[in-house]
Amino acid sequence: MAETISLEVFRYSPERDAEPSFQRYDVPLRKDWVVLDALNYIKDKVDGSLTFRWSCRMGICGSCGMMVNGEPKLTCATFLSNYAREQGPLRVQPLRYFPVIRDLVVEITDFMTKLQSVKPWLIRGKEKPISEGEYLQTPEQLDRYKQFSMCINCVLCYSACPVYGLDPVFIGPAAIALAQRYNMDSRDEGAHERMDILAQHEGIWGCTFVGECTKVCPKHVDPAGAIQQYKLTATIERFKSFLMPRGAK
Amino acid sequence: MTETRQPARYTEYHPRWYRSRVSTWWWLAQWPYLKFILREISSVFVAWFVVVLLLQIRALSRGSEAYAAFERWLQNPLIVLLNMITLFFVVFHAVTWFNVAPRAMAIRFRGKRVPDFWIVGANYAAWAAVSLVLAWFLVRS
Amino acid sequence: MDISYHDVLLVGGGGAGLRAAIAVAETNPNLSAAVVSKVYPMRSHTVSAEGGAAGVIRPGDTLDDHAYDTISGGDWLCDQDAVEIFVKEAPEELLRLEHWGCPWSRDSDGRVAVRAFGGMKNMRTWFAADKTGFHLLHTLFQTTFKYKSVTRYDEWFVTRLLVDEGRVQGVVALQLMSGRIQAITAKSVILCTGGCGRVFPFTTNASIKTGDGMALAFQAGVPLKDMEFVQYHPTGLPFTGILITEAARSEGGYLINKDGYRYLQDYNLGTPTPQPVLRNMELGPRDRLSQAFVKEVEKGRTTDTPYGPVVHLDLRRLGEKVINTRLPFVRELCLKYENIDPIKELIPVRPVIHYMMGGVHTDNDGATPLAGLYAAGEVACVSINGANRLGSNSLPELLVFGARAGKAAALAAMEQKPPSERVVSQALDEKLRLEQQFLRKTGGRERIATIRSEMHKAMENGAGIYRNQTSLQKAADKLRELRERFREVSLDDHSLTFNTELLAALEQSFMLDVGSAIVESALHRVESRGAHQRTDFPARDDRNFLAHTLIFNNSDGSTRVKPAPVVITRWPPAERVYGVQSEVKQTAAR
Repeated sequence: MAETISLEVFRYSPERDAEPSFQRYDVPLRKDWVVLDALNYIKDKVDGSLTFRWSCRMGICGSCGMMVNGEPKLTCATFLSNYAREQGPLRVQPLRYFPVIRDLVVEITDFMTKLQSVKPWLIRGKEKPISEGEYLQTPEQLDRYKQFSMCINCVLCYSACPVYGLDPVFIGPAAIALAQRYNMDSRDEGAHERMDILAQHEGIWGCTFVGECTKVCPKHVDPAGAIQQYKLTATIERFKSFLMPRGAK
Repeated sequence: MTETRQPARYTEYHPRWYRSRVSTWWWLAQWPYLKFILREISSVFVAWFVVVLLLQIRALSRGSEAYAAFERWLQNPLIVLLNMITLFFVVFHAVTWFNVAPRAMAIRFRGKRVPDFWIVGANYAAWAAVSLVLAWFLVRS
Repeated sequence: MDISYHDVLLVGGGGAGLRAAIAVAETNPNLSAAVVSKVYPMRSHTVSAEGGAAGVIRPGDTLDDHAYDTISGGDWLCDQDAVEIFVKEAPEELLRLEHWGCPWSRDSDGRVAVRAFGGMKNMRTWFAADKTGFHLLHTLFQTTFKYKSVTRYDEWFVTRLLVDEGRVQGVVALQLMSGRIQAITAKSVILCTGGCGRVFPFTTNASIKTGDGMALAFQAGVPLKDMEFVQYHPTGLPFTGILITEAARSEGGYLINKDGYRYLQDYNLGTPTPQPVLRNMELGPRDRLSQAFVKEVEKGRTTDTPYGPVVHLDLRRLGEKVINTRLPFVRELCLKYENIDPIKELIPVRPVIHYMMGGVHTDNDGATPLAGLYAAGEVACVSINGANRLGSNSLPELLVFGARAGKAAALAAMEQKPPSERVVSQALDEKLRLEQQFLRKTGGRERIATIRSEMHKAMENGAGIYRNQTSLQKAADKLRELRERFREVSLDDHSLTFNTELLAALEQSFMLDVGSAIVESALHRVESRGAHQRTDFPARDDRNFLAHTLIFNNSDGSTRVKPAPVVITRWPPAERVYGVQSEVKQTAAR
């Protein structure tokens, strides 16, 4: 018998269960297996009703985020072997702070609405016709926002953010980072429009800089940085409009 | 998080979401969260230092008699204890802020972002420099 | 029964679907466009494309060069009028994407950078670092937010097309979250569901790529075209299908068998040299490398793993410094998703399915023979890919033909009447079928996972890199058996809430249909061309097979095959030369 590892998986069926419970499964422990592979093994061989999202298994589609031993993780990039020496079973739960639809699947409509609310598209005063070619952008200009454009919308950062947990009206790390991605883009002219949404209490000022969002981000987007940098911008803009009521834009 | 009342029973085509409640003690669950809360609490002690400083200035302005009384007050064991705790929190506050400073400051030099190490380093260096100047004043007097 | 009404319906929210949605909104903002997708659009498989997108933009490069590269790469099975449209509109589409904010990599003067790519004569591949597909998809998705006339049905799965009075009138779809099954009607429907790599066991394709749109169209009587052409990539990781780019070999990685021997030298791919030489050994053409792997398996010189035979890619000799500076992404993928460190360990690799050249038969506007039904992207076959797709053509393809299909579908929708009454009863029938066949059924003997793995085996053995009459016939028989057995499938999960097992069952039935179409088409084509290599007919046969294969689904479940002409405009068929011979031929030509 090959080596195995025990998983304790969060189960919740809205049709049957009043409350969630944990179910224990033993799965083969293989060097190249990630938590997601274990879940697929369970689904194929043991219990076809286990419910979770996944797609690319290479950390780019953003579907398979879950809590693994209390930490938000992409389960396609979390090896079972990293937990083999730990005491007790490996605990897999749905992403924290989101409503659970079933088992490991959470409801993210709230996130999708917030993502849209920050106007994450290129805003231009005047569009240049396609026939005149591209907007010029130097590699340095690209580098200013590149990091913030790497977000895969896996929402791990929301599960790491106690502010979002305590007060779900907070726009949250990924959405603000995405707004900042467009604000910092040399081709964009929409920073002013976005400020009305971002510079309110539910926006950047809701953030108390716990910093965990940046730590759990699998793509090194640094949403905490985006928010703090934006706080500075917003403050300067505020002062400008205070000192120069007419000229500041 | 406010608990939304769930329908008592599941009805067809209306998913009944499970919402877990955020515990009042959420910040004890993980060290980074506890560290964050301590950092937030540290602001109380920072404020206390400011109060002490203001009292000190007031005493100074009222002459040597008043200042001597202020010094006696400072020697009260309870106040000494409080100030030791305060010192710990102020240092904690400074260190944790220095460590996150690179997140908030995206400084660019010749088109490249200045590495975190330099920003943290610059903060510590400035701290050390100010401390040295103060020490020099104290030693001189 | 709930029913909702739209003008244009996009089935699938990947690159093609989103581009089409924007095209609909820009053609007429008063039209209601709806994107129905089984995953949130930004999870679509477009996100995984790494390489880049070809579009002529630099002086010295010409549209004709791009067209010729595409046509010769496709072994003269491309429709040349479609290719001409494609190469002309590709740069415009890529520029449009730039105007929408796509972070294309840049040259120091601020202009979009282009790089060289396999099979392309000139530098014309636009890229956004090594995550081109990711940036392209997210830019499109975020841009669709702008258009108020675009509605989304996220995590809805389309189970069938509603067809009445000879035209498509909408779809029946299942909302995953609630289990609700309803009709979503529209005057035009565009299929943008991507390919079907998951029909095969080893693939770079994400788990969602199950050929849904191909099967939907096929079941509605629409022919699939050129399904026998399935593209392999020679070096994928066996279990996850993660792609190890050509760069790993061009930096000097060795492909070795279980004896540590650089086996490519035995297959007329040149002689081993310590340093990489273009078109030699490891840098030979992709299909030849894949074919050499099969021969090694036959000789028993591969290593056995839980996931079947593999050979190894040896990067260790390059050393830590070269790997970290030149191949950081390769190392990251191996470390993060396979727990292998290429600095110290061998990377197990094997050929993996990468792309479907074939798909739903469409014209140059994405229109299928069924009125109101369109298709664009990998699900469709226009065809610009012919018998073998050229690297970095797939992303511009989904933009160009997504836009064209969106525009054509929008214009057609404006002329169309509202849906007929009868679609409601069709939708009710479909709901009943799903309930009887899956949700309420108990006591079946078959498990989906079993059927799936038997299908994988049949496809791999029968319609893999090399095919012949016997292997294909065996696969066809097996698939027929599996379709029978599929009726006996029963689910563990009878829940209405997010029933992923039901989803897997529906996808599995689609895959059996698509798999059969691949095998039957491959049986029909008794020649070798591009990605379709038959050991019993190793030569190209232009006299009989310079034609597309159209495969139709008969109402009794059997299929029939009909050839269709290939459009030749300016490039008469010639020999497709590549690899070692190409150098000789090119030198001779000079």
